[in-house]
Amino acid sequence: MKFLYIAWKDLKAEFRTKQMLNSMMIFAFLVIVIFSFAFGNESTIYVSVIDKKIVDLLAPGMLWIAFTFAGMLGLSRSFAGEKEEGCLEGLKLCPVDRSDIYNGKVISNAVLMFLMEITTIPVFVVLFSYDIKNIPGLLLVVFLGTLGFIFVGTLLSALTVNTRTREILLPVILFPVLLPVILSAVTATGVMLSAGSISEIAGELQILAIYDVIFFIVAQLVFEYTIED
Amino acid sequence: MLKKILYSLTAVLLLVSIYLVFFYAPIPVNPATAGGDPGNFKIFYFHLPIAISAYLAFAIVFISSIMYLKTKEQKWDIRALSSAEVGVIFAFLTLASGSIWARSAWGSYWVTWDVRLNTSLVLFLIYISYLMVRQAVEEPEKRARLSAVFGIVGFLGVPLSFMSIRLWNKTTIHPVAELNYTTFSPLLTTLITNFAAFFLLLASLITLRIGIELLKEKTNELKRKSNL
Repeated sequence: MKFLYIAWKDLKAEFRTKQMLNSMMIFAFLVIVIFSFAFGNESTIYVSVIDKKIVDLLAPGMLWIAFTFAGMLGLSRSFAGEKEEGCLEGLKLCPVDRSDIYNGKVISNAVLMFLMEITTIPVFVVLFSYDIKNIPGLLLVVFLGTLGFIFVGTLLSALTVNTRTREILLPVILFPVLLPVILSAVTATGVMLSAGSISEIAGELQILAIYDVIFFIVAQLVFEYTIED
Repeated sequence: MLKKILYSLTAVLLLVSIYLVFFYAPIPVNPATAGGDPGNFKIFYFHLPIAISAYLAFAIVFISSIMYLKTKEQKWDIRALSSAEVGVIFAFLTLASGSIWARSAWGSYWVTWDVRLNTSLVLFLIYISYLMVRQAVEEPEKRARLSAVFGIVGFLGVPLSFMSIRLWNKTTIHPVAELNYTTFSPLLTTLITNFAAFFLLLASLITLRIGIELLKEKTNELKRKSNL
Protein backbone atom coordinates (compact mmCIF):
# COMPACT_ATOMS: atom_id res chain seq x y z
CA MET A 1 0.00 0.00 0.00
CA LYS A 2 3.05 2.24 -0.17
CA PHE A 3 1.83 3.78 -3.39
CA LEU A 4 -0.85 5.59 -1.38
CA TYR A 5 1.90 7.74 0.12
CA ILE A 6 3.02 8.82 -3.33
CA ALA A 7 -0.55 9.57 -4.35
CA TRP A 8 -1.05 11.46 -1.09
CA LYS A 9 2.11 13.52 -1.65
CA ASP A 10 0.96 14.45 -5.17
CA LEU A 11 -2.53 15.40 -4.09
CA LYS A 12 -1.26 17.38 -1.12
CA ALA A 13 1.09 19.37 -3.34
CA GLU A 14 -1.70 19.87 -5.85
CA PHE A 15 -4.27 21.07 -3.34
CA ARG A 16 -1.84 23.62 -1.93
CA THR A 17 -1.78 25.50 -5.22
CA LYS A 18 -4.70 23.91 -7.13
CA GLN A 19 -2.84 25.05 -10.25
CA MET A 20 -3.42 21.91 -12.30
CA LEU A 21 -6.95 21.25 -11.13
CA ASN A 22 -8.04 24.81 -11.87
CA SER A 23 -6.61 24.84 -15.34
CA MET A 24 -8.11 21.43 -16.15
CA MET A 25 -11.56 22.50 -14.92
CA ILE A 26 -11.49 25.82 -16.68
CA PHE A 27 -10.24 24.26 -19.89
CA ALA A 28 -13.02 21.63 -19.89
CA PHE A 29 -15.53 24.36 -19.08
CA LEU A 30 -14.25 26.43 -22.01
CA VAL A 31 -14.55 23.49 -24.40
CA ILE A 32 -18.20 23.07 -23.46
CA VAL A 33 -18.78 26.83 -23.77
CA ILE A 34 -17.22 26.88 -27.24
CA PHE A 35 -19.45 24.02 -28.31
CA SER A 36 -22.49 25.79 -26.91
CA PHE A 37 -21.62 28.93 -28.87
CA ALA A 38 -20.98 26.91 -31.99
CA PHE A 39 -24.08 24.73 -31.86
CA GLY A 40 -26.28 26.44 -29.23
CA ASN A 41 -28.96 27.71 -31.57
CA GLU A 42 -29.38 24.51 -33.53
CA SER A 43 -29.06 22.14 -30.62
CA THR A 44 -32.82 21.80 -30.06
CA ILE A 45 -33.64 21.11 -33.69
CA TYR A 46 -34.58 17.56 -34.53
CA VAL A 47 -32.63 15.92 -37.31
CA SER A 48 -34.78 13.67 -39.38
CA VAL A 49 -32.28 10.83 -39.87
CA ILE A 50 -32.82 9.09 -36.58
CA ASP A 51 -35.23 11.60 -35.12
CA LYS A 52 -32.77 12.86 -32.54
CA LYS A 53 -31.91 16.33 -31.44
CA ILE A 54 -28.60 17.59 -32.76
CA VAL A 55 -27.36 17.91 -29.20
CA ASP A 56 -28.02 14.20 -28.65
CA LEU A 57 -25.66 13.41 -31.50
CA LEU A 58 -23.02 15.89 -30.42
CA ALA A 59 -23.09 15.44 -26.66
CA PRO A 60 -21.01 12.26 -26.20
CA GLY A 61 -18.24 13.46 -28.50
CA MET A 62 -18.28 16.90 -26.92
CA LEU A 63 -18.00 15.53 -23.39
CA TRP A 64 -15.13 13.22 -24.29
CA ILE A 65 -13.27 15.92 -26.18
CA ALA A 66 -13.50 18.06 -23.05
CA PHE A 67 -12.44 15.15 -20.80
CA THR A 68 -9.52 13.92 -22.86
CA PHE A 69 -8.11 17.33 -23.73
CA ALA A 70 -8.37 18.60 -20.18
CA GLY A 71 -7.01 15.31 -18.87
CA MET A 72 -4.06 15.67 -21.22
CA LEU A 73 -3.11 18.91 -19.48
CA GLY A 74 -2.89 17.10 -16.17
CA LEU A 75 -1.02 14.13 -17.60
CA SER A 76 1.65 16.17 -19.31
CA ARG A 77 2.47 17.92 -16.04
CA SER A 78 2.27 14.77 -13.95
CA PHE A 79 5.89 13.74 -14.50
CA ALA A 80 7.20 17.03 -15.90
CA GLY A 81 6.72 18.53 -12.43
CA GLU A 82 8.89 15.81 -10.94
CA LYS A 83 11.68 16.62 -13.37
CA GLU A 84 12.27 19.95 -11.67
CA GLU A 85 14.61 20.05 -8.69
CA GLY A 86 15.44 16.38 -9.17
CA CYS A 87 12.20 15.16 -7.58
CA LEU A 88 12.15 12.13 -9.86
CA GLU A 89 15.50 11.01 -8.47
CA GLY A 90 14.07 11.39 -4.99
CA LEU A 91 11.08 9.28 -5.94
CA LYS A 92 13.32 6.60 -7.38
CA LEU A 93 15.31 6.54 -4.14
CA CYS A 94 12.16 5.75 -2.19
CA PRO A 95 12.27 2.24 -0.75
CA VAL A 96 9.34 1.12 -2.89
CA ASP A 97 8.85 -0.91 -6.02
CA ARG A 98 9.08 1.07 -9.25
CA SER A 99 5.51 0.07 -10.06
CA ASP A 100 4.38 1.72 -6.82
CA ILE A 101 5.46 5.06 -8.26
CA TYR A 102 3.24 4.33 -11.23
CA ASN A 103 0.31 3.26 -9.07
CA GLY A 104 0.61 6.36 -6.93
CA LYS A 105 0.68 8.59 -9.99
CA VAL A 106 -2.32 6.76 -11.44
CA ILE A 107 -4.34 7.44 -8.30
CA SER A 108 -3.45 11.12 -8.09
CA ASN A 109 -4.08 11.66 -11.81
CA ALA A 110 -7.37 9.79 -11.64
CA VAL A 111 -8.57 11.81 -8.65
CA LEU A 112 -7.84 15.09 -10.45
CA MET A 113 -9.55 13.88 -13.58
CA PHE A 114 -12.65 12.64 -11.76
CA LEU A 115 -12.96 16.00 -10.01
CA MET A 116 -12.72 17.75 -13.37
CA GLU A 117 -15.34 15.45 -14.92
CA ILE A 118 -17.77 15.80 -12.05
CA THR A 119 -17.74 19.56 -12.45
CA THR A 120 -17.89 19.47 -16.25
CA ILE A 121 -21.02 17.32 -16.57
CA PRO A 122 -23.26 19.83 -14.67
CA VAL A 123 -21.89 22.66 -16.82
CA PHE A 124 -22.88 20.70 -19.89
CA VAL A 125 -26.35 19.99 -18.45
CA VAL A 126 -26.91 23.67 -17.71
CA LEU A 127 -25.59 25.14 -20.96
CA PHE A 128 -27.55 22.75 -23.17
CA SER A 129 -30.51 22.34 -20.78
CA TYR A 130 -30.05 18.64 -21.14
CA ASP A 131 -31.64 15.77 -19.21
CA ILE A 132 -29.29 12.89 -18.57
CA LYS A 133 -31.48 9.80 -18.63
CA ASN A 134 -29.26 7.21 -16.97
CA ILE A 135 -26.93 8.89 -14.48
CA PRO A 136 -25.47 5.76 -12.75
CA GLY A 137 -24.79 4.23 -16.17
CA LEU A 138 -23.09 7.41 -17.35
CA LEU A 139 -20.92 7.50 -14.24
CA LEU A 140 -19.89 3.88 -14.80
CA VAL A 141 -18.91 4.58 -18.41
CA VAL A 142 -17.00 7.71 -17.42
CA PHE A 143 -15.27 5.80 -14.63
CA LEU A 144 -14.09 2.94 -16.85
CA GLY A 145 -13.13 5.24 -19.70
CA THR A 146 -11.17 7.55 -17.42
CA LEU A 147 -9.31 4.62 -15.88
CA GLY A 148 -8.22 3.44 -19.33
CA PHE A 149 -7.17 6.96 -20.23
CA ILE A 150 -5.17 7.34 -17.02
CA PHE A 151 -3.53 3.89 -17.14
CA VAL A 152 -2.08 4.44 -20.60
CA GLY A 153 -1.66 8.18 -20.16
CA THR A 154 0.41 7.93 -17.00
CA LEU A 155 2.72 5.37 -18.57
CA LEU A 156 3.21 7.43 -21.72
CA SER A 157 3.59 10.60 -19.66
CA ALA A 158 6.52 8.97 -17.88
CA LEU A 159 7.84 7.92 -21.30
CA THR A 160 7.63 11.36 -22.89
CA VAL A 161 9.05 13.24 -19.92
CA ASN A 162 12.54 12.18 -21.02
CA THR A 163 12.13 13.40 -24.57
CA ARG A 164 12.88 16.75 -26.12
CA THR A 165 9.34 17.68 -27.13
CA ARG A 166 7.39 16.18 -24.26
CA GLU A 167 4.31 18.44 -24.21
CA ILE A 168 3.74 18.01 -27.93
CA LEU A 169 4.69 14.37 -28.13
CA LEU A 170 2.33 13.09 -25.45
CA PRO A 171 -0.99 13.78 -27.21
CA VAL A 172 0.45 12.61 -30.53
CA ILE A 173 1.44 9.20 -29.25
CA LEU A 174 -1.38 8.82 -26.74
CA PHE A 175 -4.44 9.21 -28.97
CA PRO A 176 -3.76 6.35 -31.42
CA VAL A 177 -3.31 3.95 -28.52
CA LEU A 178 -6.38 5.36 -26.78
CA LEU A 179 -8.68 4.77 -29.73
CA PRO A 180 -10.50 1.74 -28.21
CA VAL A 181 -11.27 3.75 -25.06
CA ILE A 182 -12.48 6.82 -26.88
CA LEU A 183 -14.56 4.90 -29.39
CA SER A 184 -16.27 2.67 -26.83
CA ALA A 185 -16.70 5.44 -24.27
CA VAL A 186 -18.25 7.82 -26.78
CA THR A 187 -20.71 5.21 -28.08
CA ALA A 188 -21.64 4.09 -24.57
CA THR A 189 -21.99 7.66 -23.32
CA GLY A 190 -24.36 8.39 -26.19
CA VAL A 191 -26.61 5.52 -25.18
CA MET A 192 -26.50 6.49 -21.50
CA LEU A 193 -27.34 10.14 -22.18
CA SER A 194 -30.40 9.41 -24.26
CA ALA A 195 -32.35 6.85 -22.27
CA GLY A 196 -30.64 3.54 -22.63
CA SER A 197 -30.26 0.65 -20.25
CA ILE A 198 -26.90 -0.76 -19.20
CA SER A 199 -27.58 -3.99 -21.09
CA GLU A 200 -27.44 -2.12 -24.39
CA ILE A 201 -23.82 -1.18 -23.87
CA ALA A 202 -22.56 -4.51 -22.50
CA GLY A 203 -20.11 -4.85 -25.40
CA GLU A 204 -18.62 -1.40 -24.89
CA LEU A 205 -18.28 -1.95 -21.17
CA GLN A 206 -16.53 -5.23 -21.82
CA ILE A 207 -14.00 -3.60 -24.12
CA LEU A 208 -13.38 -0.80 -21.64
CA ALA A 209 -12.89 -3.31 -18.82
CA ILE A 210 -10.56 -5.52 -20.90
CA TYR A 211 -8.57 -2.48 -22.00
CA ASP A 212 -8.24 -1.30 -18.39
CA VAL A 213 -7.07 -4.69 -17.16
CA ILE A 214 -4.59 -5.32 -20.01
CA PHE A 215 -2.94 -1.94 -19.84
CA PHE A 216 -2.85 -1.88 -16.05
CA ILE A 217 -0.92 -5.16 -16.07
CA VAL A 218 1.37 -4.16 -18.96
CA ALA A 219 2.15 -0.85 -17.27
CA GLN A 220 3.19 -2.66 -14.09
CA LEU A 221 5.63 -4.68 -16.18
CA VAL A 222 7.17 -1.97 -18.35
CA PHE A 223 6.90 1.16 -16.21
CA GLU A 224 10.33 0.73 -14.62
CA TYR A 225 11.98 0.97 -18.03
CA THR A 226 10.52 4.40 -18.67
CA ILE A 227 12.18 6.07 -15.68
CA GLU A 228 15.40 4.11 -15.25
CA ASP A 229 18.65 5.88 -16.09
CA MET B 1 26.33 -14.10 -49.91
CA LEU B 2 23.11 -15.04 -48.16
CA LYS B 3 21.91 -11.46 -48.59
CA LYS B 4 22.64 -11.54 -52.30
CA ILE B 5 20.58 -14.69 -52.70
CA LEU B 6 17.74 -13.04 -50.76
CA TYR B 7 17.82 -9.89 -52.91
CA SER B 8 17.96 -11.72 -56.21
CA LEU B 9 15.23 -14.14 -55.18
CA THR B 10 13.05 -11.16 -54.21
CA ALA B 11 13.64 -9.49 -57.55
CA VAL B 12 12.84 -12.64 -59.52
CA LEU B 13 9.73 -13.45 -57.51
CA LEU B 14 8.44 -9.88 -57.78
CA LEU B 15 8.81 -10.00 -61.57
CA VAL B 16 7.10 -13.39 -61.71
CA SER B 17 4.26 -12.20 -59.49
CA ILE B 18 3.69 -9.10 -61.61
CA TYR B 19 3.60 -11.27 -64.71
CA LEU B 20 1.15 -13.67 -63.05
CA VAL B 21 -1.12 -10.87 -61.89
CA PHE B 22 -1.40 -9.23 -65.27
CA PHE B 23 -1.32 -12.18 -67.66
CA TYR B 24 -2.38 -15.25 -65.74
CA ALA B 25 -4.54 -14.47 -62.74
CA PRO B 26 -8.29 -14.85 -63.15
CA ILE B 27 -10.88 -12.25 -62.22
CA PRO B 28 -13.30 -14.21 -60.05
CA VAL B 29 -15.97 -11.53 -59.96
CA ASN B 30 -19.25 -11.51 -61.73
CA PRO B 31 -19.03 -8.57 -64.18
CA ALA B 32 -22.73 -7.95 -63.70
CA THR B 33 -22.54 -7.42 -59.93
CA ALA B 34 -19.02 -5.98 -59.66
CA GLY B 35 -18.69 -2.27 -59.03
CA GLY B 36 -16.70 -0.40 -61.65
CA ASP B 37 -14.39 -2.23 -63.99
CA PRO B 38 -14.17 -5.90 -62.88
CA GLY B 39 -10.47 -5.75 -63.77
CA ASN B 40 -9.92 -3.72 -60.63
CA PHE B 41 -9.93 -7.01 -58.76
CA LYS B 42 -6.34 -7.53 -59.82
CA ILE B 43 -5.14 -5.03 -57.25
CA PHE B 44 -6.29 -7.55 -54.66
CA TYR B 45 -3.24 -9.71 -55.43
CA PHE B 46 -1.03 -6.85 -54.22
CA HIS B 47 -3.32 -5.46 -51.56
CA LEU B 48 -3.68 -8.54 -49.38
CA PRO B 49 0.00 -9.63 -49.28
CA ILE B 50 1.09 -6.05 -48.55
CA ALA B 51 -1.39 -5.77 -45.71
CA ILE B 52 -0.31 -9.06 -44.15
CA SER B 53 3.36 -8.08 -44.57
CA ALA B 54 2.67 -4.87 -42.64
CA TYR B 55 1.14 -6.86 -39.78
CA LEU B 56 4.15 -9.15 -39.86
CA ALA B 57 6.56 -6.20 -39.68
CA PHE B 58 4.72 -4.82 -36.66
CA ALA B 59 4.81 -8.20 -34.96
CA ILE B 60 8.58 -8.14 -35.45
CA VAL B 61 8.68 -4.70 -33.81
CA PHE B 62 6.74 -6.10 -30.85
CA ILE B 63 8.99 -9.14 -30.42
CA SER B 64 12.18 -7.10 -30.88
CA SER B 65 10.96 -4.58 -28.30
CA ILE B 66 10.39 -7.32 -25.73
CA MET B 67 13.75 -8.85 -26.54
CA TYR B 68 15.45 -5.47 -26.19
CA LEU B 69 14.01 -4.83 -22.74
CA LYS B 70 15.03 -8.33 -21.74
CA THR B 71 18.58 -8.41 -23.09
CA LYS B 72 19.45 -4.70 -23.61
CA GLU B 73 21.32 -5.72 -26.74
CA GLN B 74 21.46 -3.05 -29.37
CA LYS B 75 20.81 -5.41 -32.27
CA TRP B 76 17.20 -5.84 -31.10
CA ASP B 77 16.71 -2.09 -31.13
CA ILE B 78 18.03 -1.90 -34.69
CA ARG B 79 15.69 -4.70 -35.71
CA ALA B 80 12.72 -2.93 -34.12
CA LEU B 81 13.55 0.36 -35.84
CA SER B 82 14.06 -1.24 -39.24
CA SER B 83 10.85 -3.27 -39.14
CA ALA B 84 8.88 -0.28 -37.91
CA GLU B 85 10.05 1.92 -40.76
CA VAL B 86 9.44 -0.71 -43.41
CA GLY B 87 6.14 -1.61 -41.76
CA VAL B 88 4.93 1.99 -41.92
CA ILE B 89 5.64 2.01 -45.66
CA PHE B 90 3.72 -1.24 -46.12
CA ALA B 91 0.85 0.05 -44.00
CA PHE B 92 0.74 3.18 -46.11
CA LEU B 93 0.76 1.09 -49.29
CA THR B 94 -2.11 -0.98 -47.88
CA LEU B 95 -4.16 2.16 -47.35
CA ALA B 96 -3.18 3.59 -50.73
CA SER B 97 -3.87 0.43 -52.76
CA GLY B 98 -7.08 -0.08 -50.80
CA SER B 99 -8.24 3.46 -51.51
CA ILE B 100 -7.54 3.14 -55.21
CA TRP B 101 -9.43 -0.14 -55.36
CA ALA B 102 -12.28 1.28 -53.27
CA ARG B 103 -12.66 4.24 -55.58
CA SER B 104 -13.08 1.93 -58.51
CA ALA B 105 -15.16 -0.79 -56.85
CA TRP B 106 -17.26 1.02 -54.25
CA GLY B 107 -17.25 4.51 -55.71
CA SER B 108 -15.40 6.31 -52.93
CA TYR B 109 -11.82 6.41 -51.72
CA TRP B 110 -12.71 6.12 -48.10
CA VAL B 111 -15.53 4.23 -46.41
CA THR B 112 -15.62 5.80 -42.97
CA TRP B 113 -17.23 2.94 -41.13
CA ASP B 114 -15.44 -0.10 -42.50
CA VAL B 115 -13.81 -2.17 -39.77
CA ARG B 116 -10.67 -3.35 -41.51
CA LEU B 117 -10.04 -0.01 -43.13
CA ASN B 118 -10.12 1.78 -39.79
CA THR B 119 -7.98 -0.85 -38.14
CA SER B 120 -5.33 -0.40 -40.82
CA LEU B 121 -5.49 3.33 -40.33
CA VAL B 122 -5.01 3.03 -36.58
CA LEU B 123 -2.13 0.64 -37.12
CA PHE B 124 -0.51 3.16 -39.43
CA LEU B 125 -1.01 5.98 -36.90
CA ILE B 126 0.39 3.96 -34.00
CA TYR B 127 3.62 3.22 -35.84
CA ILE B 128 3.94 6.79 -37.06
CA SER B 129 3.86 7.73 -33.37
CA TYR B 130 6.44 5.03 -32.70
CA LEU B 131 8.77 6.74 -35.15
CA MET B 132 7.97 10.09 -33.52
CA VAL B 133 9.05 8.71 -30.14
CA ARG B 134 12.33 7.59 -31.67
CA GLN B 135 12.88 10.98 -33.22
CA ALA B 136 12.34 12.82 -29.95
CA VAL B 137 15.17 11.20 -28.00
CA GLU B 138 18.85 11.86 -28.63
CA GLU B 139 20.68 9.33 -26.47
CA PRO B 140 20.77 5.93 -28.20
CA GLU B 141 20.31 3.86 -25.04
CA LYS B 142 17.37 5.89 -23.80
CA ARG B 143 15.83 6.00 -27.25
CA ALA B 144 15.99 2.23 -27.53
CA ARG B 145 14.45 1.74 -24.09
CA LEU B 146 11.60 4.23 -24.47
CA SER B 147 10.68 3.17 -27.97
CA ALA B 148 10.68 -0.48 -26.90
CA VAL B 149 8.11 0.38 -24.23
CA PHE B 150 6.00 2.14 -26.82
CA GLY B 151 6.47 -0.73 -29.28
CA ILE B 152 4.89 -3.07 -26.74
CA VAL B 153 2.06 -0.75 -25.68
CA GLY B 154 1.22 0.20 -29.25
CA PHE B 155 1.06 -3.36 -30.53
CA LEU B 156 -1.27 -4.41 -27.71
CA GLY B 157 -3.60 -1.60 -28.67
CA VAL B 158 -4.19 -3.04 -32.12
CA PRO B 159 -6.48 -6.04 -31.34
CA LEU B 160 -8.45 -3.87 -28.93
CA SER B 161 -8.88 -1.23 -31.60
CA PHE B 162 -10.13 -3.89 -33.97
CA MET B 163 -12.64 -5.12 -31.38
CA SER B 164 -13.89 -1.65 -30.54
CA ILE B 165 -14.25 -0.62 -34.16
CA ARG B 166 -16.13 -3.83 -34.89
CA LEU B 167 -18.46 -3.09 -32.03
CA TRP B 168 -18.93 0.48 -33.18
CA ASN B 169 -20.01 -0.77 -36.55
CA LYS B 170 -20.12 -4.47 -37.30
CA THR B 171 -20.37 -4.17 -41.05
CA THR B 172 -17.42 -4.53 -43.32
CA ILE B 173 -17.54 -4.01 -47.03
CA HIS B 174 -14.43 -6.14 -47.37
CA PRO B 175 -15.05 -9.53 -48.91
CA VAL B 176 -14.72 -12.26 -46.32
CA ALA B 177 -12.76 -15.21 -47.65
CA GLU B 178 -15.22 -17.27 -49.60
CA LEU B 179 -12.89 -18.61 -52.23
CA ASN B 180 -12.38 -22.28 -52.73
CA TYR B 181 -9.02 -23.02 -51.18
CA THR B 182 -8.98 -26.75 -51.76
CA THR B 183 -8.08 -26.72 -55.42
CA PHE B 184 -4.86 -25.29 -56.70
CA SER B 185 -6.57 -22.70 -58.81
CA PRO B 186 -4.76 -20.01 -60.85
CA LEU B 187 -6.05 -17.53 -58.30
CA LEU B 188 -4.42 -19.35 -55.43
CA THR B 189 -1.17 -19.81 -57.35
CA THR B 190 -0.97 -16.09 -58.06
CA LEU B 191 -1.86 -15.20 -54.51
CA ILE B 192 0.73 -17.52 -53.00
CA THR B 193 3.42 -16.22 -55.37
CA ASN B 194 2.54 -12.69 -54.37
CA PHE B 195 2.65 -13.58 -50.70
CA ALA B 196 6.09 -15.10 -51.15
CA ALA B 197 7.28 -12.11 -53.18
CA PHE B 198 6.09 -9.53 -50.65
CA PHE B 199 7.34 -11.45 -47.62
CA LEU B 200 10.74 -11.62 -49.29
CA LEU B 201 10.54 -7.94 -50.17
CA LEU B 202 9.79 -7.19 -46.52
CA ALA B 203 12.75 -9.32 -45.44
CA SER B 204 15.09 -7.67 -47.98
CA LEU B 205 14.06 -4.16 -47.04
CA ILE B 206 14.47 -4.86 -43.34
CA THR B 207 17.87 -6.44 -43.98
CA LEU B 208 18.94 -3.42 -46.01
CA ARG B 209 17.71 -1.04 -43.33
CA ILE B 210 19.62 -2.96 -40.66
CA GLY B 211 22.71 -2.72 -42.87
CA ILE B 212 22.33 1.05 -43.11
CA GLU B 213 22.06 1.32 -39.36
CA LEU B 214 25.20 -0.78 -38.84
CA LEU B 215 27.09 1.36 -41.35
CA LYS B 216 25.97 4.48 -39.52
CA GLU B 217 27.40 3.11 -36.33
CA LYS B 218 30.66 2.30 -38.04
CA THR B 219 30.91 5.88 -39.39
CA ASN B 220 30.26 7.30 -35.95
CA GLU B 221 32.92 5.05 -34.54
CA LEU B 222 35.43 6.23 -37.17
CA LYS B 223 34.52 9.85 -36.55
CA ARG B 224 35.08 9.44 -32.85
CA LYS B 225 38.45 7.81 -33.47
CA SER B 226 39.66 10.48 -35.87
CA ASN B 227 38.74 13.20 -33.39
CA LEU B 228 41.10 11.70 -30.89
